[in-house]
Amino acid sequence: MSSNVITVSVGQTDAKPWVDELHQWLATVDHKRLGILYIVSALMFLVIGGVEALIIRIQLMHSHNNFVSPEVFNRMFTMHGTTMIFFVAMPVLFGFANYLVPLMIGARDMAFPRLNAFSFWLSFFGALLLYFSFLGGSGLYGAGNAPDVGWWSYAPLGAQAFSPGHSSDYWTLSLLVSGFGSIGTAINIIATILCLRCPGMKLNRMPLFAWLNLVMAGMVLIAITPLSAAQIMLLIDRYLGGHFFDTQAGGSAVLWMHFFWIFGHPEVYVLIIPCFAFMSEIIPVFSRKPIFGYPVMVAATVCIAFVSMSVWAHHMFTIGMNSYANSFFTLTTMVVGVPTGIKIFNWIGTMWGGRIQFKTPMLFSIGFLFQFLIAGLTGIMMAASPFDWQLSLSYFVVAHFHYVIVGGILFALFGAFYYWYPKMTGRMLSESLGKWHFWLFLIGFHLTFDVMHVPGILGMPRRIYTYEPSRGWDTLNFIISIGAFIQALAILVFVANLIVSYFKGDKAGNDPWDAWTLEWSVSSPPPAYNFATVPTVASRRPLWDHKHPEDPDSRYE
Amino acid sequence: MARNSGVKNGRKEMSARRTKSVLSRGWQIVLLPFWSTSALWAVGPDGTPSNGTNIFSPASTPAKSIADLSIFVLVITGIIFVVVFALLFYSVVKFRMRAMDAGREPAQVYGSTQIELAWTIIPTLIVVVLFLATARVIHAVQDAPEPSDAVEVTVIGHQYWWEFRYPKLGIVTANELHIPVSNPSHPTPTFLQLLSVDTDHSFWAPELAGKTDLIPNHPNRMWVDPQRTGVFLGQCAQYCGTQHAKMLLRISVDGPEDFANWVRAQQRPGVEDAGAIAGRRVFERNACMNCHAVGGTPADGRFGPDLTHLMSRTTIAAGAAENTRDNLRLWIQNPSAIKPGSLMPAMKLNVADLDAVVSYMQTLH
Repeated sequence: MSSNVITVSVGQTDAKPWVDELHQWLATVDHKRLGILYIVSALMFLVIGGVEALIIRIQLMHSHNNFVSPEVFNRMFTMHGTTMIFFVAMPVLFGFANYLVPLMIGARDMAFPRLNAFSFWLSFFGALLLYFSFLGGSGLYGAGNAPDVGWWSYAPLGAQAFSPGHSSDYWTLSLLVSGFGSIGTAINIIATILCLRCPGMKLNRMPLFAWLNLVMAGMVLIAITPLSAAQIMLLIDRYLGGHFFDTQAGGSAVLWMHFFWIFGHPEVYVLIIPCFAFMSEIIPVFSRKPIFGYPVMVAATVCIAFVSMSVWAHHMFTIGMNSYANSFFTLTTMVVGVPTGIKIFNWIGTMWGGRIQFKTPMLFSIGFLFQFLIAGLTGIMMAASPFDWQLSLSYFVVAHFHYVIVGGILFALFGAFYYWYPKMTGRMLSESLGKWHFWLFLIGFHLTFDVMHVPGILGMPRRIYTYEPSRGWDTLNFIISIGAFIQALAILVFVANLIVSYFKGDKAGNDPWDAWTLEWSVSSPPPAYNFATVPTVASRRPLWDHKHPEDPDSRYE
Repeated sequence: MARNSGVKNGRKEMSARRTKSVLSRGWQIVLLPFWSTSALWAVGPDGTPSNGTNIFSPASTPAKSIADLSIFVLVITGIIFVVVFALLFYSVVKFRMRAMDAGREPAQVYGSTQIELAWTIIPTLIVVVLFLATARVIHAVQDAPEPSDAVEVTVIGHQYWWEFRYPKLGIVTANELHIPVSNPSHPTPTFLQLLSVDTDHSFWAPELAGKTDLIPNHPNRMWVDPQRTGVFLGQCAQYCGTQHAKMLLRISVDGPEDFANWVRAQQRPGVEDAGAIAGRRVFERNACMNCHAVGGTPADGRFGPDLTHLMSRTTIAAGAAENTRDNLRLWIQNPSAIKPGSLMPAMKLNVADLDAVVSYMQTLH
């Protein structure tokens, strides 16, 4: 087991305690500290990526605006997309998985603690590499320059001929480095869940959180690999005279699209499945009922994982595939809606007949359900490929995936923050600030992303730094930008809550939500070794059994 | 919708769509917001009707097939939304914790096979219906045969402008596409071959058809058969570099006679105007002719737009500015003032040469 890898003991803290503390954080191999490192670094990049979004929104506030030059605008949307996907969403979800999986399955650490630390630092330095491009992007040629080829870096725009200097190299290397970090973490999560479960925790007794993260980690292994391969091919093209994607020499632009999206679509599920995991823990606890249809939830998740591997070309309906390919990817994309719908129904089934407590984590969860429903339905619209010939590459698709990523993933994440922050810090987040955060963010979100569908329907393409006044997109864009600022305000409230509650929040105790999974059986924050004695479980809700010995779950499973 | 519902051009796909048209008409009320906005924007500043970029205001068969399918999909997804939202709303309101519930746990229910089966099978059936409706439109739009008398245009994407070639008619022009209106009784569709010389672009005029990308080494095809005349707008939809935003597209749908006149005018070589000879010398002495062509003169550069009939176009710089003397002058002097990042270099001409070359441009009718 992993008892031999718990971090250095608290040494002499005589002269400079903060140096000692810092050293412990930098050298740690404790899954809880690494989890927090992931989460804190992701929050930092969330703020940076958010500022980039605000720059985009100020520029688009009205037609022919000159707030930034086209070059800067193109860098902003490239950096915003890359940052939010690779250095916010993935790390923060890995952070929660890292922190919670061992606690939930009754383990003392991840299976490979040193690999865990290595993976975190790879992904963190990958992010720094991307941001170093602002200083070093043009290398010897002159001033700095961030990548400006979009977060897909479609060939041949990313080739030397169209992207000279080094900005695209920083992008490529950054994703390559952090990609290896993601693969390391995925291996670690899989090994931990398969090998380190406590006695009695059979696979069908694992919390859904562990199940869903197991599926997510499997998808990471499959999805990140082609992305890394494509980045290596791009480097060969750029520096060793290769022609994989070099259309000037007979290479294929479409090949890059396939490589990118066979990563890119499963990636969406890599991000959303851990959020399903949050929902599957939070909704039962605040409805005071067990999850409805546990085996179906597991089966639906595995089904999503398989089907989502065959939908990637729905990002490419406009590239001129033949009618058979378009029909195939239409069908697979619509089919993936079935297991996803089953999950939504099961969450509603969990709430049905329950006693719902509207604490902040539950508010965000209900927001998630509402918005994810709409995001799924606009997804069905774009799965109908002819509809997509109009909607793809327009602001409608931007609205759709922000509905998934902000309305779905970010709402679920905020729920997770409010739910597990007490476990991680020992203090409750303020409920009143939490409600301010929720309502402000909800209003800002809907102002921005509901309205954003309309300019897409009216013909506004994405990634344009300005637009003609005669098109009638001005008012809509102004409203969208106002919503963005309300969201930014809500994020400030959230960050303030995180900081203030850390020092002044109510003491959490072991189990503030009267919950049922193993992490709530230990102190908040948990000791370095997690469990003094390895627990034994007899059902999916070990703490329910403990609290209700007269009517334990184990009787029904 | 009603505008084109009577159109029948004899194609198989047209008749296949009719049933859906009838269905969709009943649901116009659901989409009233979209229709009213489209009506609002369909009127130009001078009050005359003009065409915009609304995907629900189709003027051509592909766009109309898509709009009909879109409404069908919107109705189905709308119904799903109403049902699921009602369930969610009901459970949130009905099953909220009440004061008298404090300290008591509700009945612990673990699931139900019948209910799970129901909400697996019903969505599956919906998917089958949606897929079949979609597949029919995919086939109708993508696999439409090209009639022998169709107008053919080769569209070539450049950073950041459009080149249009009419191989059957021997015409080369840029940024403003002219195509004939298609009469239902005598259809004259236009088939576009889509190519790119540099990065990926996408041809999108929402009221005529869905978008199709222009990808180097990957020729694509699309077609339109506009049912009304007028200028249709669009722009590049696939991010292609710094000036992606100002790669605008104007499509003039002409009546049969107007189109024939336009073709005759474009087929003539460049106008020789003795009064502009000084400007022509400047044009041919400087780098201008390395990139631009003027028919009937030694200038045959192909990197930039063909200027033989420049003055027949209403805009310059791919729609970024109106084609006026002042704008032409500014564009030649400093393209970045209109389109920063444009690949046309600032020519740095002295004032006399600049005025001369602008005068020469203005003779190219």
